[in-house]
Amino acid sequence: MNTSLLIQLLVNGLIVGALYGVVAMCFVLIYKATQVVNFAQGEFLLVGAWVCWWVMTDLGLPFWVGFPATLIFMLIFGVLIQVVVLRPLIGEPIISIIMVTVGLSIFFQALMRWLFGVFVKPYPQIFETERVNIFGLDVEPVYIMSLIISIMIMLGFAWFFKFSRMGLAMRATAFDQQVAQSMGVSIKQVFAISWAISAMVSALAGVVVGIVNGVSSIISLFGIKVFPAVIVGGLDSVIGSIIGGLIIGVLENMAQFVDSEFLNWGNMYTVAPFYVLIIILMVKPYGLFGTKDIERV
Amino acid sequence: MATAGTPLPSGEFHTSYRADMTIMPSRMSRWFLVLGVALMLLLPQMSFGGEYLVSEYALSMLITIGIFGIAALGLNILVGFSGQISLGHSAFFGFGAFASAWINNSFEIPVFWSIPLAGLMTTAVGMIVGIPAARIKGLYLAIATLASQFILEDFFARAEWFTGGTAGALANSFSIFGYEVLGDRSYIYVVLAYVVVMYALAANLMRTRDGRAMIAVRDHYLSAEMMGINLTKYRILSFGISSFYAGIGGALWGHYLSFVSVEGFDILLSIQFLGMIIIGGLGSVMGSLMGTAFLVLLPEIMEHAVSTVGKTDWGNVPWLRDGLAYFKEMAIGLAIILFLIFEPDGLAHRWRLIKAYWKLYPFSY
Repeated sequence: MNTSLLIQLLVNGLIVGALYGVVAMCFVLIYKATQVVNFAQGEFLLVGAWVCWWVMTDLGLPFWVGFPATLIFMLIFGVLIQVVVLRPLIGEPIISIIMVTVGLSIFFQALMRWLFGVFVKPYPQIFETERVNIFGLDVEPVYIMSLIISIMIMLGFAWFFKFSRMGLAMRATAFDQQVAQSMGVSIKQVFAISWAISAMVSALAGVVVGIVNGVSSIISLFGIKVFPAVIVGGLDSVIGSIIGGLIIGVLENMAQFVDSEFLNWGNMYTVAPFYVLIIILMVKPYGLFGTKDIERV
Repeated sequence: MATAGTPLPSGEFHTSYRADMTIMPSRMSRWFLVLGVALMLLLPQMSFGGEYLVSEYALSMLITIGIFGIAALGLNILVGFSGQISLGHSAFFGFGAFASAWINNSFEIPVFWSIPLAGLMTTAVGMIVGIPAARIKGLYLAIATLASQFILEDFFARAEWFTGGTAGALANSFSIFGYEVLGDRSYIYVVLAYVVVMYALAANLMRTRDGRAMIAVRDHYLSAEMMGINLTKYRILSFGISSFYAGIGGALWGHYLSFVSVEGFDILLSIQFLGMIIIGGLGSVMGSLMGTAFLVLLPEIMEHAVSTVGKTDWGNVPWLRDGLAYFKEMAIGLAIILFLIFEPDGLAHRWRLIKAYWKLYPFSY
C-alpha cells in the first residue's frame, strides 16, 4: 500500500471535487429555477476558458482586464441562450428540452474546436507556480487557489440566496412559479438571470481549470461529470450538489488508486462515477438531499 | 356515362374500425410504397451508357440511411412510442456489431444467422439496462442511459475476448446458403430486405395491444397503470424491442464495414440517433426514415456547399476549407435546435400537411 500516493490522490480528489461541486451548483441553479436540465454546462466552462484565453493571449491584455471581460461576455451569452433558444420551448415535453441543450452542447463544442483548434493550449503565467509544501504534501499553488475560489463561490451563492432580493425571488420561483408570479416576481427576469449567473460561474470554473491544466475540449467533460455529482446529491439541492461534487471527486481518485494498486484495469478513473450513478439511481433515485416528487392524478 | 350504380366516392372514407386501423389508409399510399420498394430494387442495377446510374458513393449513402434508419426506428419505439429517453442508443448499436462479428468468428455460424442472433443478444443487454428504467423516468432515465453509454463503451475497450479490445474486430461479409454477398451493389438488397421487414414489424406493433399499451404509458403512466397496464413490463419490453432494432442495425453496419472498431460508437452517434427521430418526428414510423435521410445527407450537403464556396475567390480561405469537419458537427447541433424550436413534430408532420393540402386540391376548404 502506497500511503503517500493515497493521501496525494485524496487531496487531488477534494480539490477537483470542489470544482465539480461548483459546476454542479450551477447546474442545479438552472434546474431549480427553470426546470431545464442543462447538458451544455460543460460547454459553458469551455467557452469561458477560451474567451479568457483569447483576450489574454491574442489581445495581450492582463488578467485583471481579461477576466472581468470574460464574465461580462458570459453574462450576455447566458441571457442570449435562455432568451433565444430556451424561452420558445417553455412547456414542451422534457425530451425536447434535453435535446435542445444537447444540440447546444454539440454546436458549441464544434465551434470552439473550429475557432481555437484541438490541441491543449496553456494559459499565460498568472500566478507563481512553485510548489509549496503543506503537511509534507507537494501542492501546486494553483490548486490551492482553485480550492479557495471554489469555497468563495459557494459562500457567495449562500449569501446571494439567503440575503439578496433577487436570490429571494429566485427561491420563490423555484418553490412555485405561479405564486411567485402573482407576488410580482418577473419570471422572465429570473430565468434569464439564473442562466446568466450559471454561465458566469461556470466560466470562472473553466478559467480555473484552464489555468491548472491548459485549455482544450477536455474541459467540457466537467459537464458530464456533473451528472454523477448531482444525482448523488439530489437534483434540486444546492448543498447536495456541493457534497455530491466532493464525493465524486474523491471517489474517482480513490478508484484510480485501487485501480493502479490492485486491479490494473486502466480506466476506472473515468468509469467509476457512472457505476455509482447507476447504483444510486436504482437504490435512492432522489439522491441524498433531493426532494421526492409525488405525483397525483 | 352516368350509370345508376354506386356513385364514386368523392374521397377516401373509412366506414369500419378495421379500415381506420390499416397501415396504409389509401390506395395511393399502397401504390407509392410498392413503387418505392420496386425502385430501390431496380435502381442499383440500372446502368446508362456503361455506367451505373447510382454511383458507388450514392450507394454507400443509401446503405447508411437504411442501416441507421433501422436503429433510429428502434430508438423511436423507445422514445416516441413509449416515452422513455435514451442517450445510450449507439452503445447498443455497437454491441450488435460486435456481437454479430463475435458469433460469426467464434462459433462459425454463418452471417445470415448471426445477424438475428446478435439482435437477440442486444435485446438481452438492453433489457438489463432497462431494469433501472422500470423505476425511473424522464431526465433521471436520460442520465442513467448516459451512464450506460459510458459503461458499455468502457466494456468494448476492455473485453478483448468479445470485441478484440482496442484493435477492433473483423466482420466477414454476408453470406446466404453458401453464396457470399460481395460488394455494396449486392449488399444493399440485404439492407433493403431488413428495412422492409423491420419497418413493417414496427408499423404493425403499433396496432397490437402491446403497442397501444406503450403509447398509453407514454401519454400518462399513472392512468395507464390504473387501467391495468403493467408498467414495469412495458418499460422493459420497449427497451428490449429498441435494443433489438439497434442490434440488427449494428450487425448490418459491422458486416457492411467488415471491420468494427471501438471508437465508432460514441455519445455523438447516440445524439445523432436522437436527432434523427426528432427531425423525422417522434412517434412516427416513416418519420424515422425521413429524419435519418436528412441527418445522413446534411453533412454531404455541407461538404458540397463548402466546396462550391471554396471555388470562388472570397471563399477560398483556409479557415473555411479546414473547418469542414466542424461545420458538419455544428450543422447537426443546429439542425436539432432549429427543428425543436420551429418544427417540433418533425418532417413527418410537414409531410402530413403536404398530403392534406393535395388531398383536396384545388378546393382546400
